[in-house]
Amino acid sequence: MNPAVELVEVSKRYGQVEALRSVSLAIQPGEIVAMLGPNGAGKTTSISLMLGLRKPTGGQVRLFGLPPTDHRARSRAGVMLQESGTTGVLTVRELITLFGTYYPSPLPADRAIVMAGLADKADARVVTLSGGQRQRLYFALAICGDPEILFLDEPTVGMDIEARRAFVASIKHLADAGKTIVFTTHYLREAEELARRIVVVDRGLIIADATPRELMSKVAAKRVSFSVARALTADAFGGLAVTGLEASDGRVRFLTNEPEAVLRALFERGVEMRDLEVAGADLEEAFLSLTRRAESA
Amino acid sequence: MASLLRMLVAQTLSELRIRWRTPAFSATNLALPVLFFTFFGLPFARQTFPNGISVGAYLLASFAAYAVGSVMVYGFGIGVAVERGMKVDLLMRATPLPPGIAILAKVLNALAFSLLSVVVLIVYGIIVGGVRQDLTVWINIVVRLLAGSLPFIALGFAIGYSSGPNAAPALANLIYLPLAFASGLFMPLRQLPDFVQRIAPYLPTYHYGQLAWSAVGAPSEPLTTSLAWLAGYTLLFMALTMRAYRREQSLKFA
Repeated sequence: MNPAVELVEVSKRYGQVEALRSVSLAIQPGEIVAMLGPNGAGKTTSISLMLGLRKPTGGQVRLFGLPPTDHRARSRAGVMLQESGTTGVLTVRELITLFGTYYPSPLPADRAIVMAGLADKADARVVTLSGGQRQRLYFALAICGDPEILFLDEPTVGMDIEARRAFVASIKHLADAGKTIVFTTHYLREAEELARRIVVVDRGLIIADATPRELMSKVAAKRVSFSVARALTADAFGGLAVTGLEASDGRVRFLTNEPEAVLRALFERGVEMRDLEVAGADLEEAFLSLTRRAESA
Repeated sequence: MASLLRMLVAQTLSELRIRWRTPAFSATNLALPVLFFTFFGLPFARQTFPNGISVGAYLLASFAAYAVGSVMVYGFGIGVAVERGMKVDLLMRATPLPPGIAILAKVLNALAFSLLSVVVLIVYGIIVGGVRQDLTVWINIVVRLLAGSLPFIALGFAIGYSSGPNAAPALANLIYLPLAFASGLFMPLRQLPDFVQRIAPYLPTYHYGQLAWSAVGAPSEPLTTSLAWLAGYTLLFMALTMRAYRREQSLKFA
Protein backbone atom coordinates (compact mmCIF):
# COMPACT_ATOMS: atom_id res chain seq x y z
CA MET A 1 0.00 0.00 0.00
CA ASN A 2 1.20 3.51 -0.76
CA PRO A 3 1.92 5.64 2.29
CA ALA A 4 -0.58 8.44 2.96
CA VAL A 5 2.28 10.82 3.73
CA GLU A 6 5.90 10.38 2.88
CA LEU A 7 8.93 12.52 3.66
CA VAL A 8 12.12 11.41 1.93
CA GLU A 9 15.31 12.97 3.30
CA VAL A 10 13.54 16.28 3.77
CA SER A 11 15.47 19.30 4.96
CA LYS A 12 14.11 22.73 5.71
CA ARG A 13 16.19 25.77 6.42
CA TYR A 14 14.96 29.24 7.39
CA GLY A 15 17.93 31.50 6.78
CA GLN A 16 20.56 30.22 9.19
CA VAL A 17 18.16 28.02 11.13
CA GLU A 18 17.94 24.35 10.22
CA ALA A 19 14.37 23.44 11.14
CA LEU A 20 14.53 19.92 9.71
CA ARG A 21 17.67 17.94 8.96
CA SER A 22 17.23 15.19 6.37
CA VAL A 23 14.14 13.66 7.89
CA SER A 24 12.52 10.54 6.42
CA LEU A 25 9.11 9.39 7.56
CA ALA A 26 6.29 7.35 6.05
CA ILE A 27 2.78 7.34 7.49
CA GLN A 28 0.48 4.54 6.34
CA PRO A 29 -3.27 4.95 5.81
CA GLY A 30 -5.15 4.41 9.06
CA GLU A 31 -2.24 5.29 11.33
CA ILE A 32 -2.70 7.67 14.26
CA VAL A 33 0.60 9.45 14.64
CA ALA A 34 1.65 11.98 17.25
CA MET A 35 4.55 14.26 16.48
CA LEU A 36 5.95 15.04 19.88
CA GLY A 37 8.63 17.51 20.76
CA PRO A 38 9.48 20.72 22.57
CA ASN A 39 8.76 24.11 21.03
CA GLY A 40 10.95 24.82 18.03
CA ALA A 41 11.69 21.13 17.48
CA GLY A 42 10.36 21.15 13.91
CA LYS A 43 6.83 19.80 14.43
CA THR A 44 4.96 22.68 12.79
CA THR A 45 7.52 22.78 10.01
CA SER A 46 6.92 19.07 9.35
CA ILE A 47 3.15 19.58 9.17
CA SER A 48 3.55 22.67 6.93
CA LEU A 49 5.70 20.64 4.55
CA MET A 50 3.23 17.74 4.49
CA LEU A 51 0.51 20.25 3.52
CA GLY A 52 2.60 22.05 0.95
CA LEU A 53 2.37 25.30 2.94
CA ARG A 54 6.14 25.36 2.93
CA LYS A 55 8.60 24.10 0.35
CA PRO A 56 11.39 21.79 1.46
CA THR A 57 14.94 23.05 1.02
CA GLY A 58 15.91 19.50 0.08
CA GLY A 59 14.26 16.12 -0.32
CA GLN A 60 10.76 15.16 -1.33
CA VAL A 61 7.31 15.34 0.26
CA ARG A 62 4.37 13.26 -0.99
CA LEU A 63 0.74 13.29 0.06
CA PHE A 64 -1.12 10.26 -1.33
CA GLY A 65 1.74 9.89 -3.77
CA LEU A 66 1.20 13.41 -5.13
CA PRO A 67 2.88 16.75 -4.47
CA PRO A 68 1.03 18.13 -1.42
CA THR A 69 -0.02 21.25 -3.32
CA ASP A 70 -1.99 19.10 -5.81
CA HIS A 71 -5.74 19.69 -5.49
CA ARG A 72 -6.44 15.98 -5.70
CA ALA A 73 -4.25 15.41 -2.66
CA ARG A 74 -5.62 18.43 -0.80
CA SER A 75 -9.19 17.28 -1.45
CA ARG A 76 -8.47 14.24 0.71
CA ALA A 77 -6.91 16.15 3.61
CA GLY A 78 -8.39 18.18 6.46
CA VAL A 79 -6.29 20.70 8.32
CA MET A 80 -6.20 22.46 11.66
CA LEU A 81 -3.38 24.98 11.97
CA GLN A 82 -1.95 26.69 15.01
CA GLU A 83 -1.98 30.18 13.66
CA SER A 84 -4.74 30.92 11.28
CA GLY A 85 -7.83 33.06 11.28
CA THR A 86 -11.17 33.20 9.65
CA THR A 87 -13.79 35.75 8.80
CA GLY A 88 -15.69 36.78 11.90
CA VAL A 89 -19.04 37.88 10.50
CA LEU A 90 -20.20 34.50 9.19
CA THR A 91 -21.93 32.09 11.54
CA VAL A 92 -20.41 28.78 12.53
CA ARG A 93 -22.83 26.87 10.30
CA GLU A 94 -22.33 29.19 7.32
CA LEU A 95 -18.56 28.87 7.51
CA ILE A 96 -18.63 25.09 7.87
CA THR A 97 -21.10 24.78 4.98
CA LEU A 98 -18.83 26.98 2.86
CA PHE A 99 -15.75 24.90 3.63
CA GLY A 100 -17.73 21.77 2.82
CA THR A 101 -18.13 22.97 -0.78
CA TYR A 102 -14.34 22.78 -1.22
CA TYR A 103 -14.46 18.99 -0.86
CA PRO A 104 -15.91 16.35 -3.16
CA SER A 105 -18.12 14.60 -0.58
CA PRO A 106 -18.45 16.71 2.55
CA LEU A 107 -20.17 15.75 5.78
CA PRO A 108 -23.53 17.40 6.42
CA ALA A 109 -22.63 20.65 8.19
CA ASP A 110 -24.67 19.78 11.24
CA ARG A 111 -22.84 16.50 11.65
CA ALA A 112 -19.46 18.29 11.70
CA ILE A 113 -20.92 20.82 14.15
CA VAL A 114 -22.03 18.09 16.55
CA MET A 115 -18.75 16.19 16.24
CA ALA A 116 -16.87 19.36 17.17
CA GLY A 117 -19.19 20.02 20.12
CA LEU A 118 -20.52 23.29 18.72
CA ALA A 119 -24.23 22.45 18.52
CA ASP A 120 -25.24 25.30 20.83
CA LYS A 121 -23.10 27.76 18.88
CA ALA A 122 -24.13 26.77 15.36
CA ASP A 123 -25.87 30.06 14.63
CA ALA A 124 -23.43 32.29 16.49
CA ARG A 125 -21.13 34.52 14.52
CA VAL A 126 -17.53 33.36 14.59
CA VAL A 127 -16.37 36.63 16.17
CA THR A 128 -18.38 35.87 19.33
CA LEU A 129 -16.66 32.53 20.02
CA SER A 130 -14.27 32.06 22.93
CA GLY A 131 -10.75 30.81 22.33
CA GLY A 132 -11.69 27.22 23.08
CA GLN A 133 -14.82 27.38 20.91
CA ARG A 134 -12.77 28.83 18.09
CA GLN A 135 -10.42 25.88 18.39
CA ARG A 136 -13.45 23.56 18.06
CA LEU A 137 -14.54 25.52 15.00
CA TYR A 138 -11.17 24.91 13.39
CA PHE A 139 -11.57 21.25 14.20
CA ALA A 140 -15.01 21.27 12.55
CA LEU A 141 -13.48 22.96 9.47
CA ALA A 142 -10.81 20.26 9.38
CA ILE A 143 -13.31 17.39 9.40
CA CYS A 144 -16.19 18.94 7.41
CA GLY A 145 -14.84 17.67 4.09
CA ASP A 146 -14.85 14.09 5.41
CA PRO A 147 -11.12 13.81 4.60
CA GLU A 148 -9.13 10.59 4.65
CA ILE A 149 -6.29 12.24 6.51
CA LEU A 150 -6.35 14.88 9.22
CA PHE A 151 -3.47 17.17 10.09
CA LEU A 152 -3.89 18.79 13.48
CA ASP A 153 -1.22 21.18 14.70
CA GLU A 154 -1.40 21.52 18.51
CA PRO A 155 -5.14 20.84 18.43
CA THR A 156 -5.83 21.02 22.17
CA VAL A 157 -4.13 24.35 22.86
CA GLY A 158 -6.68 26.69 24.45
CA MET A 159 -9.28 23.96 25.05
CA ASP A 160 -10.76 23.60 28.51
CA ILE A 161 -11.04 20.17 30.12
CA GLU A 162 -14.52 19.48 28.79
CA ALA A 163 -13.64 20.54 25.26
CA ARG A 164 -10.52 18.44 25.42
CA ARG A 165 -12.49 15.39 26.47
CA ALA A 166 -14.97 15.86 23.62
CA PHE A 167 -12.08 16.34 21.26
CA VAL A 168 -10.35 13.15 22.37
CA ALA A 169 -13.61 11.24 21.91
CA SER A 170 -13.99 12.65 18.36
CA ILE A 171 -10.45 11.69 17.48
CA LYS A 172 -10.98 8.14 18.71
CA HIS A 173 -14.21 7.99 16.72
CA LEU A 174 -12.41 9.16 13.56
CA ALA A 175 -9.61 6.70 14.20
CA ASP A 176 -12.11 3.87 14.46
CA ALA A 177 -13.59 5.00 11.15
CA GLY A 178 -10.20 4.32 9.57
CA LYS A 179 -9.01 7.91 9.16
CA THR A 180 -5.32 8.70 9.13
CA ILE A 181 -4.50 11.29 11.77
CA VAL A 182 -1.29 13.23 12.23
CA PHE A 183 -1.16 15.61 15.16
CA THR A 184 1.49 17.56 17.01
CA THR A 185 1.69 18.07 20.72
CA HIS A 186 4.20 18.79 23.39
CA TYR A 187 2.33 16.75 25.96
CA LEU A 188 3.65 13.23 26.30
CA ARG A 189 0.41 12.16 27.97
CA GLU A 190 -1.72 13.42 25.10
CA ALA A 191 0.44 11.58 22.57
CA GLU A 192 0.28 8.43 24.66
CA GLU A 193 -3.49 8.63 25.04
CA LEU A 194 -4.40 9.16 21.40
CA ALA A 195 -1.63 7.88 19.17
CA ARG A 196 -0.63 4.41 18.18
CA ARG A 197 2.69 5.71 17.00
CA ILE A 198 4.76 8.52 18.46
CA VAL A 199 7.40 10.32 16.46
CA VAL A 200 9.65 12.38 18.70
CA VAL A 201 11.22 15.38 17.01
CA ASP A 202 14.00 17.42 18.49
CA ARG A 203 16.16 20.08 16.89
CA GLY A 204 15.08 19.08 13.41
CA LEU A 205 15.70 15.35 13.79
CA ILE A 206 13.48 12.37 14.50
CA ILE A 207 15.02 10.97 17.66
CA ALA A 208 12.44 8.27 18.31
CA ASP A 209 9.68 6.58 16.34
CA ALA A 210 7.84 3.96 18.33
CA THR A 211 4.58 2.84 19.88
CA PRO A 212 3.67 4.65 23.10
CA ARG A 213 4.63 1.57 25.12
CA GLU A 214 8.05 1.23 23.49
CA LEU A 215 8.67 4.90 23.89
CA MET A 216 7.75 4.98 27.56
CA SER A 217 10.24 2.21 28.21
CA LYS A 218 12.96 4.17 26.43
CA VAL A 219 12.28 7.48 28.09
CA ALA A 220 13.98 8.05 31.38
CA ALA A 221 11.03 8.51 33.65
CA LYS A 222 12.72 9.36 37.00
CA ARG A 223 15.13 12.03 38.09
CA VAL A 224 17.41 10.95 40.96
CA SER A 225 19.67 13.21 42.98
CA PHE A 226 21.67 12.88 46.21
CA SER A 227 24.58 14.48 48.03
CA VAL A 228 27.89 12.78 48.58
CA ALA A 229 30.69 13.59 51.01
CA ARG A 230 33.45 12.47 48.64
CA ALA A 231 33.41 12.99 44.90
CA LEU A 232 32.49 9.82 42.99
CA THR A 233 34.63 8.36 40.27
CA ALA A 234 33.02 7.79 36.92
CA ASP A 235 33.25 4.01 37.18
CA ALA A 236 30.87 4.09 40.17
CA PHE A 237 28.16 4.22 37.47
CA GLY A 238 29.75 1.70 35.12
CA GLY A 239 27.14 -0.47 33.43
CA LEU A 240 24.17 1.27 35.05
CA ALA A 241 21.15 2.45 33.03
CA VAL A 242 21.44 6.17 33.67
CA THR A 243 21.59 9.21 31.43
CA GLY A 244 22.25 12.89 31.96
CA LEU A 245 24.72 12.17 34.74
CA GLU A 246 26.17 15.28 36.31
CA ALA A 247 27.83 16.21 39.58
CA SER A 248 28.42 19.64 41.07
CA ASP A 249 28.78 21.09 44.58
CA GLY A 250 28.79 17.61 46.05
CA ARG A 251 25.40 16.80 44.50
CA VAL A 252 24.94 14.04 41.92
CA ARG A 253 22.03 14.07 39.46
CA PHE A 254 20.94 11.65 36.77
CA LEU A 255 17.90 10.31 34.89
CA THR A 256 16.88 6.68 34.87
CA ASN A 257 14.03 4.31 34.20
CA GLU A 258 15.05 1.89 36.92
CA PRO A 259 15.77 3.95 40.01
CA GLU A 260 15.46 0.97 42.38
CA ALA A 261 17.97 -1.19 40.52
CA VAL A 262 20.40 1.68 40.01
CA LEU A 263 20.28 2.72 43.66
CA ARG A 264 20.70 -0.87 44.84
CA ALA A 265 23.79 -1.20 42.66
CA LEU A 266 25.18 2.08 44.01
CA PHE A 267 24.64 0.95 47.61
CA GLU A 268 26.35 -2.33 46.84
CA ARG A 269 29.29 -0.42 45.38
CA GLY A 270 29.61 1.36 48.68
CA VAL A 271 28.44 4.79 47.61
CA GLU A 272 27.38 6.79 50.65
CA MET A 273 24.56 9.16 49.89
CA ARG A 274 22.53 11.73 51.81
CA ASP A 275 19.39 13.71 50.98
CA LEU A 276 18.27 11.19 48.38
CA GLU A 277 15.51 12.45 46.08
CA VAL A 278 13.63 10.51 43.39
CA ALA A 279 11.13 12.43 41.31
CA GLY A 280 9.22 11.97 38.06
CA ALA A 281 11.14 13.50 35.18
CA ASP A 282 9.30 16.18 33.23
CA LEU A 283 9.01 16.06 29.49
CA GLU A 284 12.02 18.25 28.84
CA GLU A 285 14.16 15.87 30.86
CA ALA A 286 12.63 12.87 29.18
CA PHE A 287 13.51 14.41 25.82
CA LEU A 288 16.95 15.17 27.10
CA SER A 289 17.62 11.52 27.76
CA LEU A 290 16.34 10.60 24.31
CA THR A 291 18.44 13.30 22.72
CA ARG A 292 21.57 12.15 24.54
CA ARG A 293 20.85 8.64 23.36
CA ALA A 294 20.48 9.89 19.79
CA GLU A 295 23.78 11.75 20.02
CA SER A 296 25.75 8.91 21.53
CA ALA A 297 24.31 6.40 19.04
CA MET B 1 -12.31 17.13 -6.79
CA ALA B 2 -15.38 19.13 -5.90
CA SER B 3 -17.21 21.14 -8.57
CA LEU B 4 -15.49 24.46 -9.28
CA LEU B 5 -18.77 26.13 -10.15
CA ARG B 6 -20.30 25.09 -6.85
CA MET B 7 -17.25 26.45 -5.02
CA LEU B 8 -17.46 29.72 -6.95
CA VAL B 9 -21.17 30.19 -6.20
CA ALA B 10 -20.77 29.38 -2.49
CA GLN B 11 -17.67 31.55 -2.19
CA THR B 12 -19.33 34.51 -3.94
CA LEU B 13 -22.46 34.26 -1.79
CA SER B 14 -20.31 34.17 1.34
CA GLU B 15 -18.38 37.23 0.22
CA LEU B 16 -21.66 39.06 -0.39
CA ARG B 17 -22.89 38.02 3.04
CA ILE B 18 -19.67 39.25 4.63
CA ARG B 19 -19.95 42.59 2.86
CA TRP B 20 -23.61 42.94 3.79
CA ARG B 21 -22.72 42.34 7.44
CA THR B 22 -19.92 44.88 7.41
CA PRO B 23 -22.06 48.02 7.16
CA ALA B 24 -19.19 50.31 8.10
CA PHE B 25 -17.75 49.45 4.72
CA SER B 26 -20.78 48.82 2.53
CA ALA B 27 -22.90 51.74 3.79
CA THR B 28 -19.98 54.13 3.40
CA ASN B 29 -19.38 52.97 -0.13
CA LEU B 30 -23.07 53.33 -1.00
CA ALA B 31 -23.58 56.67 0.75
CA LEU B 32 -20.48 58.63 -0.21
CA PRO B 33 -21.13 58.95 -3.96
CA VAL B 34 -24.71 60.04 -3.21
CA LEU B 35 -23.47 62.57 -0.64
CA PHE B 36 -20.80 63.95 -2.97
CA PHE B 37 -23.31 64.26 -5.77
CA THR B 38 -25.62 66.10 -3.38
CA PHE B 39 -22.92 68.66 -2.52
CA PHE B 40 -21.14 69.03 -5.83
CA GLY B 41 -23.78 68.04 -8.36
CA LEU B 42 -27.32 68.79 -7.23
CA PRO B 43 -27.01 72.60 -7.39
CA PHE B 44 -26.19 72.34 -11.13
CA ALA B 45 -28.12 69.19 -11.97
CA ARG B 46 -30.76 70.88 -14.13
CA GLN B 47 -28.34 73.09 -16.08
CA THR B 48 -26.83 72.35 -19.47
CA PHE B 49 -23.34 73.03 -20.80
CA PRO B 50 -23.07 75.42 -23.81
CA ASN B 51 -22.67 72.33 -26.04
CA GLY B 52 -26.11 71.14 -24.91
CA ILE B 53 -24.96 68.33 -22.62
CA SER B 54 -26.75 67.97 -19.29
CA VAL B 55 -24.56 69.04 -16.39
CA GLY B 56 -26.47 66.66 -14.13
CA ALA B 57 -25.81 63.69 -16.42
CA TYR B 58 -22.13 64.65 -16.73
CA LEU B 59 -21.72 64.86 -12.96
CA LEU B 60 -23.64 61.64 -12.37
CA ALA B 61 -21.27 59.95 -14.82
CA SER B 62 -18.30 61.43 -12.88
CA PHE B 63 -19.53 60.24 -9.49
CA ALA B 64 -20.47 56.85 -10.92
CA ALA B 65 -16.82 56.46 -12.01
CA TYR B 66 -15.72 57.60 -8.56
CA ALA B 67 -18.09 55.09 -6.96
CA VAL B 68 -16.95 52.01 -8.90
CA GLY B 69 -13.29 52.94 -8.54
CA SER B 70 -13.67 53.37 -4.80
CA VAL B 71 -15.48 50.04 -4.36
CA MET B 72 -12.52 48.38 -6.07
CA VAL B 73 -9.67 50.30 -4.43
CA TYR B 74 -11.08 50.31 -0.90
CA GLY B 75 -12.80 46.94 -1.09
CA PHE B 76 -9.77 45.00 -2.28
CA GLY B 77 -7.18 47.23 -0.61
CA ILE B 78 -8.64 47.05 2.87
CA GLY B 79 -10.26 43.62 2.45
CA VAL B 80 -7.07 41.85 1.40
CA ALA B 81 -4.97 43.64 4.04
CA VAL B 82 -7.42 42.72 6.80
CA GLU B 83 -7.59 39.08 5.71
CA ARG B 84 -3.82 38.90 5.62
CA GLY B 85 -3.71 40.48 9.07
CA MET B 86 -6.09 37.84 10.45
CA LYS B 87 -4.17 35.05 8.67
CA VAL B 88 -7.28 33.97 6.82
CA ASP B 89 -5.02 33.32 3.84
CA LEU B 90 -3.04 30.72 5.77
CA LEU B 91 -6.01 28.45 6.38
CA MET B 92 -7.47 28.98 2.90
CA ARG B 93 -4.16 27.96 1.38
CA ALA B 94 -4.32 24.60 3.10
CA THR B 95 -7.79 23.84 1.69
CA PRO B 96 -8.46 22.50 -1.83
CA LEU B 97 -10.11 25.82 -2.82
CA PRO B 98 -8.12 27.03 -5.85
CA PRO B 99 -6.83 30.59 -5.23
CA GLY B 100 -8.22 31.64 -8.62
CA ILE B 101 -11.74 30.76 -7.48
CA ALA B 102 -11.30 32.77 -4.28
CA ILE B 103 -10.13 35.82 -6.25
CA LEU B 104 -12.85 35.46 -8.89
CA ALA B 105 -15.47 35.32 -6.12
CA LYS B 106 -14.11 38.56 -4.68
CA VAL B 107 -14.20 40.21 -8.10
CA LEU B 108 -17.77 39.07 -8.78
CA ASN B 109 -18.80 40.33 -5.39
CA ALA B 110 -17.14 43.70 -6.01
CA LEU B 111 -18.82 43.96 -9.42
CA ALA B 112 -22.22 43.21 -7.89
CA PHE B 113 -21.66 45.80 -5.21
CA SER B 114 -20.42 48.36 -7.75
CA LEU B 115 -23.54 47.78 -9.78
CA LEU B 116 -25.70 48.38 -6.73
CA SER B 117 -23.74 51.49 -5.82
CA VAL B 118 -24.05 53.02 -9.32
CA VAL B 119 -27.73 52.15 -9.64
CA VAL B 120 -28.47 53.80 -6.27
CA LEU B 121 -26.58 56.91 -7.38
CA ILE B 122 -28.28 57.17 -10.77
CA VAL B 123 -31.76 56.58 -9.37
CA TYR B 124 -31.04 59.30 -6.80
CA GLY B 125 -29.91 61.64 -9.57
CA ILE B 126 -33.02 60.94 -11.61
CA ILE B 127 -35.50 61.29 -8.74
CA VAL B 128 -33.94 64.04 -6.63
CA GLY B 129 -31.85 65.83 -9.27
CA GLY B 130 -34.38 65.54 -12.07
CA VAL B 131 -31.66 64.42 -14.49
CA ARG B 132 -33.14 62.94 -17.68
CA GLN B 133 -31.31 60.66 -20.12
CA ASP B 134 -32.27 57.71 -22.29
CA LEU B 135 -32.14 54.38 -20.46
CA THR B 136 -29.47 53.28 -22.95
CA VAL B 137 -27.20 56.10 -21.71
CA TRP B 138 -27.46 54.94 -18.12
CA ILE B 139 -26.90 51.32 -19.11
CA ASN B 140 -23.93 52.38 -21.18
CA ILE B 141 -22.38 54.15 -18.18
CA VAL B 142 -22.85 51.14 -15.93
CA VAL B 143 -21.51 48.59 -18.43
CA ARG B 144 -18.47 50.64 -19.38
CA LEU B 145 -17.53 51.39 -15.81
CA LEU B 146 -17.85 47.80 -14.67
CA ALA B 147 -15.97 46.49 -17.69
CA GLY B 148 -13.22 49.08 -17.29
CA SER B 149 -12.69 48.64 -13.56
CA LEU B 150 -9.77 46.22 -13.93
CA PRO B 151 -7.00 48.75 -13.19
CA PHE B 152 -8.69 49.66 -9.91
CA ILE B 153 -9.11 46.03 -8.94
CA ALA B 154 -5.38 45.65 -9.56
CA LEU B 155 -4.63 48.84 -7.59
CA GLY B 156 -6.72 47.52 -4.70
CA PHE B 157 -4.80 44.25 -4.67
CA ALA B 158 -1.49 46.13 -4.82
CA ILE B 159 -2.51 48.15 -1.73
CA GLY B 160 -3.87 45.07 0.04
CA TYR B 161 -0.69 43.07 -0.43
CA SER B 162 1.75 45.85 0.39
CA SER B 163 0.20 47.24 3.59
CA GLY B 164 -1.13 45.96 6.88
CA PRO B 165 -4.74 46.20 8.05
CA ASN B 166 -4.11 49.50 9.86
CA ALA B 167 -2.19 51.21 7.09
CA ALA B 168 -4.39 50.07 4.19
CA PRO B 169 -7.32 52.52 4.67
CA ALA B 170 -4.93 55.46 4.96
CA LEU B 171 -2.92 54.37 1.96
CA ALA B 172 -6.08 53.83 -0.12
CA ASN B 173 -7.31 57.33 0.78
CA LEU B 174 -3.94 58.86 0.10
CA ILE B 175 -3.81 57.34 -3.37
CA TYR B 176 -7.42 57.31 -4.51
CA LEU B 177 -8.81 60.65 -3.30
CA PRO B 178 -6.15 62.85 -4.96
CA LEU B 179 -6.45 60.77 -8.13
CA ALA B 180 -10.22 61.24 -8.21
CA PHE B 181 -10.00 64.98 -7.49
CA ALA B 182 -7.23 65.69 -9.95
CA SER B 183 -9.04 63.81 -12.72
CA GLY B 184 -12.19 65.89 -12.50
CA LEU B 185 -14.41 63.25 -10.91
CA PHE B 186 -15.58 65.67 -8.21
CA MET B 187 -15.84 68.80 -10.33
CA PRO B 188 -15.27 69.35 -14.03
CA LEU B 189 -11.60 69.54 -14.91
CA ARG B 190 -11.72 73.04 -16.35
CA GLN B 191 -12.66 74.39 -12.92
CA LEU B 192 -9.46 72.97 -11.43
CA PRO B 193 -6.07 74.72 -11.24
CA ASP B 194 -4.02 74.88 -14.40
CA PHE B 195 -1.27 72.49 -13.30
CA VAL B 196 -3.85 69.91 -12.30
CA GLN B 197 -5.37 70.10 -15.76
CA ARG B 198 -1.94 69.41 -17.22
CA ILE B 199 -1.33 66.39 -14.94
CA ALA B 200 -4.80 64.86 -15.36
CA PRO B 201 -4.27 63.19 -18.76
CA TYR B 202 -1.63 60.95 -17.18
CA LEU B 203 -3.89 59.62 -14.44
CA PRO B 204 -5.87 56.35 -14.51
CA THR B 205 -8.96 57.97 -12.97
CA TYR B 206 -9.01 60.59 -15.75
CA HIS B 207 -9.15 57.93 -18.44
CA TYR B 208 -11.65 55.93 -16.42
CA GLY B 209 -13.83 59.05 -16.26
CA GLN B 210 -13.64 59.22 -20.07
CA LEU B 211 -15.51 55.91 -20.28
CA ALA B 212 -18.43 57.46 -18.42
CA TRP B 213 -18.24 60.92 -19.97
CA SER B 214 -18.20 59.56 -23.49
CA ALA B 215 -21.41 57.69 -22.64
CA VAL B 216 -23.15 61.04 -22.04
CA GLY B 217 -21.50 62.51 -25.16
CA ALA B 218 -18.82 64.59 -23.42
CA PRO B 219 -15.45 62.87 -23.92
CA SER B 220 -12.22 64.88 -24.02
CA GLU B 221 -10.09 62.00 -25.36
CA PRO B 222 -10.63 59.35 -28.02
CA LEU B 223 -11.96 56.20 -26.38
CA THR B 224 -9.10 54.06 -27.74
CA THR B 225 -6.54 56.36 -26.11
CA SER B 226 -8.26 56.02 -22.74
CA LEU B 227 -8.53 52.24 -23.10
CA ALA B 228 -4.82 52.05 -23.87
CA TRP B 229 -3.98 54.10 -20.76
CA LEU B 230 -6.23 51.93 -18.61
CA ALA B 231 -4.64 48.77 -19.97
CA GLY B 232 -1.20 50.20 -19.23
CA TYR B 233 -2.15 51.07 -15.65
CA THR B 234 -3.65 47.60 -15.21
CA LEU B 235 -0.31 46.05 -16.13
CA LEU B 236 1.57 48.44 -13.84
CA PHE B 237 -0.67 47.76 -10.83
CA MET B 238 -0.60 44.03 -11.50
CA ALA B 239 3.18 44.13 -11.55
CA LEU B 240 3.18 45.98 -8.21
CA THR B 241 0.73 43.42 -6.83
CA MET B 242 2.87 40.51 -7.99
CA ARG B 243 5.97 42.05 -6.42
CA ALA B 244 4.26 42.56 -3.05
CA TYR B 245 2.59 39.14 -3.30
CA ARG B 246 5.86 37.35 -4.06
CA ARG B 247 7.62 39.11 -1.22
CA GLU B 248 4.94 37.98 1.19
CA GLN B 249 4.91 34.43 -0.19
CA SER B 250 8.64 34.12 0.26
CA LEU B 251 8.26 35.17 3.89
CA LYS B 252 5.20 33.12 4.77
CA PHE B 253 5.31 30.08 2.55
CA ALA B 254 8.80 29.55 1.15
